[in-house]
Amino acid sequence: MNKPVNQKAWLLVLPVLICVAFSSILPLMTVVNYSVQDIISPERRVFVGTEWFASVMRDRELHAALARQIVFSLSVLAVEIPLGIALALSMPASGWRASAALVAVALPLLIPWNVVGTIWQIFCRTDIGLLGSAIKALGLEYSYTGDATQAWLTVLLMDVWHWTPLVALLAYAGLRAIPDAYYQAARIDGASRLAVFRYIQLPKIRGVLMIAVLLRFMDSFMIYTEPFVLTGGGPGNATTFLSQYLTQKAVGQFDLGPAAAFSLIYFLIIMLLCFILYNWMQRLGTPGRADK
Amino acid sequence: MFAWMAWTTPVAVFFICMALMLAGMTVWELKRPSTLRKGFLPIATTRGDRLSIGLLTAAYINLAFVGLADRIGASLSLANPPSVWISFVLSMAVLAFIMRRG
Repeated sequence: MNKPVNQKAWLLVLPVLICVAFSSILPLMTVVNYSVQDIISPERRVFVGTEWFASVMRDRELHAALARQIVFSLSVLAVEIPLGIALALSMPASGWRASAALVAVALPLLIPWNVVGTIWQIFCRTDIGLLGSAIKALGLEYSYTGDATQAWLTVLLMDVWHWTPLVALLAYAGLRAIPDAYYQAARIDGASRLAVFRYIQLPKIRGVLMIAVLLRFMDSFMIYTEPFVLTGGGPGNATTFLSQYLTQKAVGQFDLGPAAAFSLIYFLIIMLLCFILYNWMQRLGTPGRADK
Repeated sequence: MFAWMAWTTPVAVFFICMALMLAGMTVWELKRPSTLRKGFLPIATTRGDRLSIGLLTAAYINLAFVGLADRIGASLSLANPPSVWISFVLSMAVLAFIMRRG
Protein backbone atom coordinates (compact mmCIF):
# COMPACT_ATOMS: atom_id res chain seq x y z
CA MET A 1 0.00 0.00 0.00
CA ASN A 2 1.38 3.41 -0.93
CA LYS A 3 2.04 5.71 1.98
CA PRO A 4 0.11 9.01 1.59
CA VAL A 5 2.32 12.08 1.23
CA ASN A 6 1.32 15.09 3.32
CA GLN A 7 2.05 18.09 1.10
CA LYS A 8 1.02 20.49 3.88
CA ALA A 9 4.53 20.09 5.23
CA TRP A 10 5.69 22.40 2.43
CA LEU A 11 3.82 25.22 4.18
CA LEU A 12 6.31 24.93 7.03
CA VAL A 13 9.13 25.66 4.59
CA LEU A 14 7.39 28.78 3.30
CA PRO A 15 8.74 31.24 5.94
CA VAL A 16 12.32 30.17 5.19
CA LEU A 17 11.65 30.46 1.48
CA ILE A 18 10.33 34.01 1.93
CA CYS A 19 13.38 34.96 4.05
CA VAL A 20 15.77 33.49 1.47
CA ALA A 21 13.90 35.27 -1.32
CA PHE A 22 14.30 38.64 0.39
CA SER A 23 17.87 38.12 1.52
CA SER A 24 19.32 36.30 -1.50
CA ILE A 25 17.12 35.77 -4.54
CA LEU A 26 15.81 39.33 -5.02
CA PRO A 27 19.27 40.91 -4.47
CA LEU A 28 20.75 38.40 -6.94
CA MET A 29 18.11 39.31 -9.52
CA THR A 30 18.98 42.98 -8.98
CA VAL A 31 22.66 42.24 -9.51
CA VAL A 32 21.80 40.51 -12.82
CA ASN A 33 19.82 43.62 -13.83
CA TYR A 34 22.70 45.93 -12.92
CA SER A 35 25.19 43.79 -14.83
CA VAL A 36 23.53 44.59 -18.17
CA GLN A 37 23.07 48.32 -17.58
CA ASP A 38 25.20 51.42 -17.20
CA ILE A 39 23.88 52.95 -13.97
CA ILE A 40 24.43 56.67 -14.37
CA SER A 41 22.09 57.63 -11.52
CA PRO A 42 19.15 55.87 -9.80
CA GLU A 43 16.83 57.38 -12.43
CA ARG A 44 19.15 57.18 -15.47
CA ARG A 45 20.17 53.78 -16.76
CA VAL A 46 21.32 52.60 -20.18
CA PHE A 47 21.09 48.98 -21.38
CA VAL A 48 24.53 47.78 -22.51
CA GLY A 49 23.98 44.03 -22.96
CA THR A 50 27.09 41.93 -22.27
CA GLU A 51 29.52 44.85 -22.52
CA TRP A 52 30.43 44.83 -18.80
CA PHE A 53 31.10 41.10 -18.86
CA ALA A 54 33.43 41.56 -21.83
CA SER A 55 35.30 44.44 -20.19
CA VAL A 56 35.57 42.63 -16.84
CA MET A 57 36.90 39.50 -18.52
CA ARG A 58 39.61 41.53 -20.26
CA ASP A 59 40.60 43.29 -17.03
CA ARG A 60 44.23 42.38 -16.22
CA GLU A 61 43.90 43.57 -12.61
CA LEU A 62 40.98 41.21 -12.15
CA HIS A 63 43.01 38.30 -13.56
CA ALA A 64 45.80 39.10 -11.12
CA ALA A 65 43.36 39.35 -8.18
CA LEU A 66 41.78 36.04 -9.20
CA ALA A 67 45.19 34.32 -9.38
CA ARG A 68 46.13 35.71 -5.95
CA GLN A 69 42.78 34.56 -4.58
CA ILE A 70 43.07 31.00 -5.92
CA VAL A 71 46.64 30.62 -4.61
CA PHE A 72 45.55 32.03 -1.24
CA SER A 73 42.50 29.74 -0.91
CA LEU A 74 44.48 26.64 -1.91
CA SER A 75 47.25 27.58 0.56
CA VAL A 76 44.64 28.03 3.29
CA LEU A 77 43.20 24.57 2.61
CA ALA A 78 46.65 22.96 2.35
CA VAL A 79 47.63 24.29 5.77
CA GLU A 80 44.38 24.43 7.75
CA ILE A 81 42.92 21.00 6.94
CA PRO A 82 45.96 18.85 7.97
CA LEU A 83 46.68 21.17 10.91
CA GLY A 84 43.06 21.04 12.08
CA ILE A 85 43.02 17.22 11.89
CA ALA A 86 46.34 17.01 13.77
CA LEU A 87 45.00 19.36 16.44
CA ALA A 88 41.79 17.32 16.80
CA LEU A 89 43.77 14.07 17.09
CA SER A 90 45.97 15.52 19.81
CA MET A 91 43.08 16.87 21.92
CA PRO A 92 41.97 14.86 24.99
CA ALA A 93 38.91 12.68 24.39
CA SER A 94 37.09 13.30 27.68
CA GLY A 95 37.28 14.86 31.13
CA TRP A 96 38.02 18.44 32.18
CA ARG A 97 41.07 18.55 29.89
CA ALA A 98 38.82 18.01 26.89
CA SER A 99 36.54 20.88 27.95
CA ALA A 100 39.52 23.17 28.60
CA ALA A 101 41.10 22.27 25.24
CA LEU A 102 37.82 22.90 23.41
CA VAL A 103 37.42 26.36 24.96
CA ALA A 104 41.06 27.26 24.26
CA VAL A 105 40.86 26.08 20.65
CA ALA A 106 37.55 27.84 20.02
CA LEU A 107 38.71 31.24 21.33
CA PRO A 108 39.98 32.69 17.99
CA LEU A 109 36.58 31.91 16.43
CA LEU A 110 34.86 34.24 18.88
CA ILE A 111 36.86 37.28 17.79
CA PRO A 112 35.24 39.54 15.16
CA TRP A 113 37.06 39.72 11.83
CA ASN A 114 38.01 43.40 12.02
CA VAL A 115 39.38 42.87 15.55
CA VAL A 116 41.48 39.95 14.26
CA GLY A 117 43.03 42.32 11.70
CA THR A 118 43.79 44.89 14.40
CA ILE A 119 45.25 42.27 16.76
CA TRP A 120 47.60 41.05 14.03
CA GLN A 121 48.48 44.59 13.01
CA ILE A 122 49.81 45.18 16.53
CA PHE A 123 51.17 41.62 16.91
CA CYS A 124 53.32 42.01 13.78
CA ARG A 125 54.77 45.45 14.50
CA THR A 126 58.53 45.30 14.94
CA ASP A 127 58.55 48.00 17.66
CA ILE A 128 55.80 46.79 20.03
CA GLY A 129 54.39 43.55 18.55
CA LEU A 130 55.37 40.17 19.96
CA LEU A 131 55.82 38.44 16.59
CA GLY A 132 57.44 41.40 14.84
CA SER A 133 59.95 42.12 17.61
CA ALA A 134 60.72 38.39 18.02
CA ILE A 135 61.57 38.11 14.31
CA LYS A 136 63.62 41.31 14.57
CA ALA A 137 65.47 39.93 17.61
CA LEU A 138 66.49 36.94 15.48
CA GLY A 139 68.23 39.41 13.17
CA LEU A 140 65.75 38.96 10.30
CA GLU A 141 64.26 41.75 8.24
CA TYR A 142 60.48 41.79 8.59
CA SER A 143 57.95 44.27 7.27
CA TYR A 144 54.45 43.13 6.42
CA THR A 145 53.67 46.56 4.99
CA GLY A 146 56.77 46.84 2.79
CA ASP A 147 57.50 43.35 1.50
CA ALA A 148 54.96 41.59 -0.72
CA THR A 149 55.97 38.03 0.23
CA GLN A 150 56.00 38.82 3.94
CA ALA A 151 52.63 40.57 3.70
CA TRP A 152 51.23 37.52 1.91
CA LEU A 153 52.62 35.11 4.51
CA THR A 154 51.35 37.28 7.36
CA VAL A 155 47.81 37.29 5.95
CA LEU A 156 48.02 33.51 5.48
CA LEU A 157 49.29 33.03 9.04
CA MET A 158 46.51 35.24 10.38
CA ASP A 159 43.87 33.20 8.53
CA VAL A 160 45.41 29.95 9.78
CA TRP A 161 45.32 31.26 13.36
CA HIS A 162 41.73 32.45 13.00
CA TRP A 163 40.16 29.51 11.20
CA THR A 164 42.12 26.32 11.91
CA PRO A 165 40.08 25.97 15.14
CA LEU A 166 36.93 25.55 13.04
CA VAL A 167 38.47 22.62 11.17
CA ALA A 168 39.78 21.20 14.46
CA LEU A 169 36.37 21.40 16.14
CA LEU A 170 34.61 19.77 13.20
CA ALA A 171 37.23 17.00 13.00
CA TYR A 172 37.06 16.55 16.79
CA ALA A 173 33.27 16.14 16.64
CA GLY A 174 33.71 13.58 13.85
CA LEU A 175 36.35 11.66 15.82
CA ARG A 176 34.22 11.53 18.96
CA ALA A 177 31.33 10.03 16.96
CA ILE A 178 33.36 6.92 16.00
CA PRO A 179 32.12 3.92 18.03
CA ASP A 180 34.74 2.32 20.30
CA ALA A 181 34.14 -1.09 18.65
CA TYR A 182 36.22 0.05 15.64
CA TYR A 183 39.23 0.79 17.86
CA GLN A 184 38.80 -2.52 19.69
CA ALA A 185 38.77 -4.41 16.38
CA ALA A 186 41.88 -2.51 15.29
CA ARG A 187 43.67 -3.41 18.54
CA ILE A 188 42.79 -7.11 18.06
CA ASP A 189 44.19 -6.95 14.52
CA GLY A 190 47.34 -5.26 15.82
CA ALA A 191 46.80 -2.21 13.61
CA SER A 192 49.40 0.56 13.85
CA ARG A 193 48.46 4.14 14.83
CA LEU A 194 48.86 5.16 11.20
CA ALA A 195 46.63 2.30 10.00
CA VAL A 196 43.93 3.29 12.52
CA PHE A 197 44.04 6.85 11.17
CA ARG A 198 44.12 5.75 7.53
CA TYR A 199 41.42 3.07 7.62
CA ILE A 200 39.14 4.09 10.51
CA GLN A 201 39.41 7.73 11.51
CA LEU A 202 39.90 9.38 8.13
CA PRO A 203 37.01 7.57 6.37
CA LYS A 204 34.73 8.17 9.36
CA ILE A 205 35.37 11.91 9.50
CA ARG A 206 35.11 12.33 5.74
CA GLY A 207 31.64 13.91 6.05
CA VAL A 208 32.68 16.62 8.49
CA LEU A 209 35.94 17.18 6.61
CA MET A 210 33.94 17.78 3.47
CA ILE A 211 31.96 20.47 5.28
CA ALA A 212 35.21 21.93 6.65
CA VAL A 213 36.83 22.04 3.20
CA LEU A 214 33.78 23.65 1.59
CA LEU A 215 33.32 26.17 4.41
CA ARG A 216 36.97 27.14 4.47
CA PHE A 217 37.20 27.31 0.71
CA MET A 218 34.14 29.52 0.30
CA ASP A 219 35.07 31.67 3.27
CA SER A 220 38.68 32.17 2.21
CA PHE A 221 37.55 32.87 -1.33
CA MET A 222 35.43 35.74 0.02
CA ILE A 223 38.02 37.04 2.51
CA TYR A 224 37.85 40.80 2.90
CA THR A 225 37.97 42.30 6.39
CA GLU A 226 41.15 40.80 7.85
CA PRO A 227 43.56 41.67 4.98
CA PHE A 228 41.82 45.03 4.55
CA VAL A 229 42.53 45.93 8.18
CA LEU A 230 46.01 44.35 8.29
CA THR A 231 47.57 45.40 5.00
CA GLY A 232 44.91 47.44 3.18
CA GLY A 233 45.53 45.21 0.15
CA GLY A 234 49.18 46.24 -0.09
CA PRO A 235 52.05 46.60 -0.54
CA GLY A 236 51.02 47.49 -4.09
CA ASN A 237 48.29 44.97 -4.83
CA ALA A 238 50.03 42.00 -3.20
CA THR A 239 47.17 41.20 -0.82
CA THR A 240 44.26 42.64 -2.82
CA PHE A 241 41.91 39.71 -3.15
CA LEU A 242 38.77 39.43 -5.25
CA SER A 243 36.28 40.84 -2.74
CA GLN A 244 38.49 43.85 -2.03
CA TYR A 245 38.88 44.49 -5.74
CA LEU A 246 35.11 44.21 -6.12
CA THR A 247 34.50 46.66 -3.27
CA GLN A 248 36.92 49.13 -4.86
CA LYS A 249 34.91 48.92 -8.07
CA ALA A 250 31.43 49.09 -6.55
CA VAL A 251 31.92 51.44 -3.60
CA GLY A 252 35.16 53.26 -4.35
CA GLN A 253 34.51 54.02 -8.02
CA PHE A 254 30.71 53.52 -8.00
CA ASP A 255 31.00 51.38 -11.16
CA LEU A 256 27.88 49.36 -10.36
CA GLY A 257 27.58 47.74 -13.81
CA PRO A 258 31.09 46.23 -13.97
CA ALA A 259 30.93 45.39 -10.25
CA ALA A 260 27.65 43.50 -10.79
CA ALA A 261 29.07 41.63 -13.80
CA PHE A 262 32.16 40.79 -11.79
CA SER A 263 29.99 39.60 -8.85
CA LEU A 264 28.17 37.16 -11.11
CA ILE A 265 31.44 35.79 -12.50
CA TYR A 266 32.72 35.49 -8.92
CA PHE A 267 29.52 33.59 -8.00
CA LEU A 268 29.99 31.20 -10.94
CA ILE A 269 33.63 30.55 -10.02
CA ILE A 270 32.65 29.70 -6.43
CA MET A 271 29.83 27.43 -7.64
CA LEU A 272 32.11 25.56 -10.03
CA LEU A 273 34.96 25.10 -7.56
CA CYS A 274 32.61 23.98 -4.77
CA PHE A 275 30.94 21.52 -7.13
CA ILE A 276 34.34 20.05 -8.11
CA LEU A 277 35.53 19.88 -4.48
CA TYR A 278 32.28 18.33 -3.29
CA ASN A 279 32.29 15.60 -5.94
CA TRP A 280 35.99 14.93 -5.53
CA MET A 281 35.58 14.43 -1.78
CA GLN A 282 32.47 12.28 -2.30
CA ARG A 283 34.45 10.01 -4.64
CA LEU A 284 37.39 9.75 -2.25
CA GLY A 285 35.29 7.69 0.14
CA THR A 286 33.57 5.40 -2.33
CA PRO A 287 34.37 1.68 -1.90
CA GLY A 288 37.09 0.32 -4.15
CA ARG A 289 38.67 3.70 -4.63
CA ALA A 290 40.21 4.24 -1.23
CA ASP A 291 42.30 1.10 -1.58
CA LYS A 292 43.77 1.96 -4.97
CA MET B 1 7.42 48.65 -5.78
CA PHE B 2 10.23 46.82 -7.59
CA ALA B 3 11.69 49.89 -9.31
CA TRP B 4 14.81 49.57 -7.12
CA MET B 5 15.56 46.28 -8.88
CA ALA B 6 16.17 48.18 -12.15
CA TRP B 7 14.37 45.55 -14.27
CA THR B 8 15.13 45.14 -17.96
CA THR B 9 13.10 43.05 -20.40
CA PRO B 10 15.92 40.59 -21.32
CA VAL B 11 16.63 39.85 -17.63
CA ALA B 12 12.91 39.45 -16.92
CA VAL B 13 12.63 36.97 -19.82
CA PHE B 14 15.70 35.13 -18.49
CA PHE B 15 14.23 34.74 -15.00
CA ILE B 16 10.79 33.76 -16.34
CA CYS B 17 12.49 31.02 -18.39
CA MET B 18 14.41 29.86 -15.31
CA ALA B 19 11.23 29.77 -13.21
CA LEU B 20 9.38 27.86 -15.92
CA MET B 21 12.28 25.44 -16.21
CA LEU B 22 12.28 24.78 -12.45
CA ALA B 23 8.49 24.40 -12.40
CA GLY B 24 8.69 22.00 -15.35
CA MET B 25 11.42 19.96 -13.65
CA THR B 26 9.29 19.76 -10.46
CA VAL B 27 6.25 18.51 -12.36
CA TRP B 28 8.41 16.04 -14.32
CA GLU B 29 9.95 14.78 -11.05
CA LEU B 30 6.48 14.29 -9.50
CA LYS B 31 5.17 12.48 -12.57
CA ARG B 32 8.29 10.37 -13.21
CA PRO B 33 10.76 10.35 -10.30
CA SER B 34 14.39 10.53 -11.43
CA THR B 35 16.93 7.77 -10.74
CA LEU B 36 20.72 7.91 -10.57
CA ARG B 37 22.35 7.00 -13.86
CA LYS B 38 25.81 7.09 -15.36
CA GLY B 39 26.34 8.69 -18.76
CA PHE B 40 29.44 10.35 -20.23
CA LEU B 41 29.86 12.52 -17.12
CA PRO B 42 32.39 11.10 -14.63
CA ILE B 43 29.74 10.85 -11.87
CA ALA B 44 26.33 9.19 -11.58
CA THR B 45 23.69 11.93 -11.79
CA THR B 46 19.99 12.52 -11.37
CA ARG B 47 17.97 14.70 -13.75
CA GLY B 48 18.36 17.70 -11.41
CA ASP B 49 22.14 17.18 -11.19
CA ARG B 50 22.37 17.14 -14.98
CA LEU B 51 20.33 20.35 -15.20
CA SER B 52 22.64 22.07 -12.69
CA ILE B 53 25.77 20.88 -14.50
CA GLY B 54 24.25 21.82 -17.87
CA LEU B 55 23.27 25.33 -16.72
CA LEU B 56 26.70 25.93 -15.17
CA THR B 57 28.38 24.72 -18.36
CA ALA B 58 26.07 26.93 -20.45
CA ALA B 59 26.97 29.95 -18.29
CA TYR B 60 30.69 29.28 -18.76
CA ILE B 61 30.31 28.81 -22.53
CA ASN B 62 28.54 32.17 -22.80
CA LEU B 63 31.11 33.88 -20.58
CA ALA B 64 34.02 32.43 -22.56
CA PHE B 65 32.41 33.53 -25.79
CA VAL B 66 31.81 37.06 -24.52
CA GLY B 67 35.40 37.25 -23.27
CA LEU B 68 36.88 35.91 -26.52
CA ALA B 69 34.43 37.55 -28.95
CA ASP B 70 36.92 40.25 -30.03
CA ARG B 71 39.65 37.72 -30.70
CA ILE B 72 37.29 35.43 -32.60
CA GLY B 73 36.12 38.39 -34.69
CA ALA B 74 39.71 39.46 -35.40
CA SER B 75 40.87 35.95 -36.31
CA LEU B 76 37.93 35.53 -38.71
CA SER B 77 38.46 39.08 -40.08
CA LEU B 78 34.92 40.13 -39.16
CA ALA B 79 33.92 43.79 -39.05
CA ASN B 80 32.10 43.29 -35.72
CA PRO B 81 32.48 40.69 -32.96
CA PRO B 82 30.22 37.65 -33.54
CA SER B 83 26.73 37.77 -32.00
CA VAL B 84 26.16 36.35 -28.53
CA TRP B 85 23.23 34.41 -30.01
CA ILE B 86 25.81 31.99 -31.43
CA SER B 87 27.08 31.13 -27.95
CA PHE B 88 23.49 31.02 -26.67
CA VAL B 89 22.48 28.41 -29.26
CA LEU B 90 25.71 26.47 -28.64
CA SER B 91 25.20 26.52 -24.86
CA MET B 92 21.59 25.35 -25.17
CA ALA B 93 22.74 22.50 -27.42
CA VAL B 94 25.33 21.51 -24.80
CA LEU B 95 22.66 21.72 -22.07
CA ALA B 96 20.37 19.44 -24.08
CA PHE B 97 23.27 17.02 -24.72
CA ILE B 98 24.15 16.86 -21.01
CA MET B 99 20.49 16.30 -20.08
CA ARG B 100 20.19 13.50 -22.64
CA ARG B 101 23.57 11.75 -22.43
CA GLY B 102 25.19 13.00 -19.21
